[in-house]
Amino acid sequence: MTKEEIIQPENLVYKKPELLNDTPMHYCPGCSHGVVHKLVAEVIAEMGMQEKTIAISPVGCAVFAYKYIDVDWQEAAHGRAPALASAIKRLWPDRLVFTYQGDGDLACIGTGETIHALNRGENITIIFINNAIYGMTGGQMAPTTLLGMKTATCPYGREPALHGYPLKVTEIAATLQGTCYVTRQSVQSVAAILKAKKAIRKAFEYSMQGKGSNLVEIVSTCNTNWRMSPVKANQWMEENMFPFYPLGDLKDNG
Amino acid sequence: MAKMRGATVVDTERCKGCGLCIVACPFKVLALSTKNVNQKGYNYAEAVAPDACTGCTSCAIVCPDGCITVYRKKED
Ligand SMILES: Cc1ncc(C[n+]2csc(CCOP(=O)(O)OP(=O)(O)O)c2C)c(N)n1
Ligand code: SF4
Ligand SMILES: [Mg+2]
Repeated sequence: MTKEEIIQPENLVYKKPELLNDTPMHYCPGCSHGVVHKLVAEVIAEMGMQEKTIAISPVGCAVFAYKYIDVDWQEAAHGRAPALASAIKRLWPDRLVFTYQGDGDLACIGTGETIHALNRGENITIIFINNAIYGMTGGQMAPTTLLGMKTATCPYGREPALHGYPLKVTEIAATLQGTCYVTRQSVQSVAAILKAKKAIRKAFEYSMQGKGSNLVEIVSTCNTNWRMSPVKANQWMEENMFPFYPLGDLKDNG
Repeated sequence: MAKMRGATVVDTERCKGCGLCIVACPFKVLALSTKNVNQKGYNYAEAVAPDACTGCTSCAIVCPDGCITVYRKKED
């Protein structure tokens, strides 16, 4: 069988999601953000919600998410995405409303907005990209940075006496009455990616069914600021991030 | 069982050469280009052992930039 015989429209099994447009994404090579963008784009299309989605982009590396996924977007001030999403969802209850936020955005400057939106049970989904660092600004320590992990602002490693302990927002979210579905996923392998996609779908569906707030944390890599190759960053994440940020559902009240 | 034959098409201009597809492929079909780079200067993924491809889509699923299209056909 020749290559030409295989490469025929009827044999197509995978292509770039339709909602992910051709604009080249500015993310570093191998960044988890791109994988999650693909999943979000696929889920929205599979739910037939392209014309009924309003997404909120953060401040952080994903600030330009609106350039890549062809739905309606609003850019929020740093950390304020859940507040904006709350307002939008209340005004447009028939819309699929979600935020896409990094750990600096969500677990530092926006902790208040995040916890209160989740606690109010706003019918939104928060996609939380936890790469344990401020990626965009050059790799400073985040509240989520692991103990011992070196960053630009803790070059000798994070020390509890000096920097405090890493914050597990997802565990906190699971204790809040307003949350319906709280899960922690990752995208380091084919199996993990397929699971993460299912989780995003579930969260989006619950938010459309008015069941409360949904939080999907994606434990992610920032290979550039971790200063390793993309392949090594995935390994490092498995060895160092997963023990502290274990994967799986923390709450499913759907 | 009929054997599955696959083929990948890489958008070499979109590819950033991160290499995640190379380790995701169970059959070592892909490698980074050694002679050529794209306009951005990246070595891009290319099929160096195309006959081993089963069209499993692993490479395409892990690609952060959606650069890989996969086709699959049953061997008759
Ligand atoms: C009010 C305000 N404070 C600080 C900044 C600087 N700043 C930009 S992005 C960022 C953190 C980004 O980290 P994260 O949310 O983890 O996203 P990542 O880039 O890692 O995906 C900070 C502190 C800002 N833009 N605005
Ligand atoms: S700095 Fe980190 S989070 Fe930002 S695009 Fe690069 S790898 Fe991704
Ligand atoms: Mg971050």
